[in-house]
Amino acid sequence: MNDYILEMNNITKEFPGVKALSDVSFKVEKGEIHCLIGENGAGKSTLMKVLSGVYPYGTYKGDIVFEGEVQQFNEINDSVRAGIGIIYQELALFPDLTVYENIFAGNEIKKGPFVDWNETVVQATRMLKKVKLNVTPETLIKDLGVGKQQLVEIAKALSKDVKLLILDEPTAALNENDSENLLDLLKELKSQGISCIMISHKLKEVISIADKATVLRDGKTICTLDAQKGEITESIIIKNMVGREIEDIYPKRPDKKIGETVLKLTDWSAYDTQLGRKVAKNINLEVKKGEIVGIAGLMGSGRTELALSIFGNPKNYKLAGELEVHGEKKNFKHTSDAIKAGIAYVTEDRKGDGLFLIQDIKINVSAAHMKGISKKGILNLNEEVKVGTDYKKSLNIKASSLEQVVGKLSGGNQQKVSLGKWLFTGPRILILDEPTRGIDVGAKFEIYTIMNELIKEGLSIIMISSELGEIMGMSDRIYVMAEGAVKGELAIEETTQETIMELATQ
Amino acid sequence: MNLFTEAKSIVKLNIRDYGMYIALIVIMLTFTIMTDGLFISSRNISNLLDSAGYIAVLAVGMTLVIVIRHIDLSVGFVAGFLGAVAAIFMTQLGFSIWITIPVILLFGILIGCFNGFLIAQLGIPAFVATLAGMLIFRGALLNVTEDTGTIIINNDQFNAIGNGFIPSLMLVNGLHLLSLLVGVAAIILYIYSEISTRKNKMTYGFDVMSSGIFLIKLLLVSLIIAYITWILAGYNGFSWTMVIMLLVVVIYHFLTTKTVLGRNIYAVGSNPEAAHLSGINVKKITYIVFGSMGMLAALSGLLFTSRLQSATTTAGTLFELDAIAAAYVGGVSSAGGVGRVTGAIIGAVVMACLSSGMNLLGTGISYQYMIRGGVLAAAVIFDVMTRRQRA
Repeated sequence: MNDYILEMNNITKEFPGVKALSDVSFKVEKGEIHCLIGENGAGKSTLMKVLSGVYPYGTYKGDIVFEGEVQQFNEINDSVRAGIGIIYQELALFPDLTVYENIFAGNEIKKGPFVDWNETVVQATRMLKKVKLNVTPETLIKDLGVGKQQLVEIAKALSKDVKLLILDEPTAALNENDSENLLDLLKELKSQGISCIMISHKLKEVISIADKATVLRDGKTICTLDAQKGEITESIIIKNMVGREIEDIYPKRPDKKIGETVLKLTDWSAYDTQLGRKVAKNINLEVKKGEIVGIAGLMGSGRTELALSIFGNPKNYKLAGELEVHGEKKNFKHTSDAIKAGIAYVTEDRKGDGLFLIQDIKINVSAAHMKGISKKGILNLNEEVKVGTDYKKSLNIKASSLEQVVGKLSGGNQQKVSLGKWLFTGPRILILDEPTRGIDVGAKFEIYTIMNELIKEGLSIIMISSELGEIMGMSDRIYVMAEGAVKGELAIEETTQETIMELATQ
Repeated sequence: MNLFTEAKSIVKLNIRDYGMYIALIVIMLTFTIMTDGLFISSRNISNLLDSAGYIAVLAVGMTLVIVIRHIDLSVGFVAGFLGAVAAIFMTQLGFSIWITIPVILLFGILIGCFNGFLIAQLGIPAFVATLAGMLIFRGALLNVTEDTGTIIINNDQFNAIGNGFIPSLMLVNGLHLLSLLVGVAAIILYIYSEISTRKNKMTYGFDVMSSGIFLIKLLLVSLIIAYITWILAGYNGFSWTMVIMLLVVVIYHFLTTKTVLGRNIYAVGSNPEAAHLSGINVKKITYIVFGSMGMLAALSGLLFTSRLQSATTTAGTLFELDAIAAAYVGGVSSAGGVGRVTGAIIGAVVMACLSSGMNLLGTGISYQYMIRGGVLAAAVIFDVMTRRQRA
């Protein structure tokens, strides 16, 4: 009989229009490191949100057994009280507070009605020792690197007497050294009896650390692999992750016609005055007509910043170097200048800075190209409906009507609206930032197909993506970025996942 | 689909937009019954609309300010100060109203643009920047009226803005002919624009409401316009204040619903980052909205000064809060991107109805404040509830 600390049985979670999890079962033994693997959108984060109470009891089907008892978490605090600690990709620390304040935020040590700061510092020091973080507790969070911030998060979880620690892609933003430290720490915690669930895309990490690994795909459990049985190897994991030939996901593009250079960066740098550091460093890059150029790299490698610095510089970076578009030197003062020059930028964060969520589909589609639906500043609202209808049809946007509020659409349809908005500007160069993040497989395929059609029409596409499969399946050429610099340029023929990963982690 | 179910679904879909009209009608009916018809008398309605004028124009500007997620607390004393400057222009410097009015409106625009500069260019929160403006212009108002105290204005042309009525031409059965003609023109214009919109939609092949419902809608709105005209024509006809209010609404309604500028304002309010990435100049829009607010504050000051026929040392006190309340009753949302100009006017009229009705009933001032506060809270609660239903 196995000694499970956690059993999640037959979990089903539906969102309007999407079944995010269907009948998922997932079991973690006491004192093991269990990796959760799957492509973006496979349902890993949703599963962890169900576990931690972000989606309260009753909004999903199935049951959660933690330490032998069926649990009904109504909010995150319930799961914390039970001993589950979760550390998200986006760290939830207060940058302007000290390390000790952060560790005990929401869990203050009290003496009577007052906070006992002395005891807090003593305890914080003890926690920092536990996670082997060598800083004084008085240090401000914003003065620490991401790797150390990660450790503070873990210290915070430990201070709450955590029995099961969940880490969502903890090493995504870390360099190799910090990553190793973190993995060593997890092993040490394991020896102290703390179980751990780790979501990760990095197979090497998984292989080096996991006792068990569960693979999710399209919201279903595919298999649970056991290290002792020698099942955790790269080939077995990949086979289960994709479950189909990689070529199948990416539509073929038979006749490539690559033309002249349309965009060229020479010694291009961007300095972020707020962060006080360079976010793009001496970049040389070229995009040709009819070409998909992939920009690979880990989170925080400066890909989005590079795109924004080209696209009219909305963040007001200090720029240096040369930007040429269609052979002409350009110095865009505003995003509208970049749009006029035929550049479009589909943001990675469609909800945050891409769409007008409270407005309807047609208003979103026309938002970046009002000229197309107006004369001398006066709108032609009927023309707008026509344009909206055209894009709804050609991009296959699934919605009850054009008047549907965009915030209520599924991720894939939102992404199509976002794409439609930019296609309506009639771009020659299309920058796609994580074009398929958080959308289902069917919509992904549709977006890839659209990309290929656009290329056929003579557009050029710069595709920023964290998904290696996508980068390799769609691009003609690949630039790999790390720490704001281009670390290498690869022709698609010579590219393997390993070469990209090596460059990205330099 | 029969007429009834179609009407039901239209009302259900647009409950947010129709809500305040329904509220207005309910409030008016209640007061009419409670005052035995005194409330709906020509004289009272005419006074009520005139007294709403200077808040209504502020509410229109405030709606746009709130739509782009800002606030303007300075408008009350800007109105008071510019009203006093107008009085000084006419009484002490001897300017005619044809110079005074444009110059005062220009001053308003400049003050608004200065607020825009603080907010858009320097990034100071609107609440703080305009709070500073409120204090400064309160001081400025006291400063210019310090020596003279209340400035009495003897310019009949100017005083007519707040107290006069459009000429009647002749009386027909005791009704003012020109006002009747204005009403008839409004109905014709309304019917024409509705029919041409509908035709235009049909040439594009879009769905339109069935002809039965369309006729009922035309008839209903025409009747309402006719009724208001009839009531007003029975007293002194349309006042200049009402004409100015109507002009402001018509122009701003057109700007916000039918122009690129209007669309950009709502885009900035819905999501400023997305607007910037869509090539919209967020700073420019902020300048324009605050500039327009300043101009309307100046207009409000002119209306108020003219109504009192004098500039007082306390003119403008609490105007900004009345305007903000009217905007919220009119359905604007502080989350940005939502709110109509027509709503702002209705909001201002609702608040004026409450004051007028309660005055007629002899309700104590203490209860008046509480009831107006309650209505404001109810309007916002209704807004939140209906939004949740949609989301």
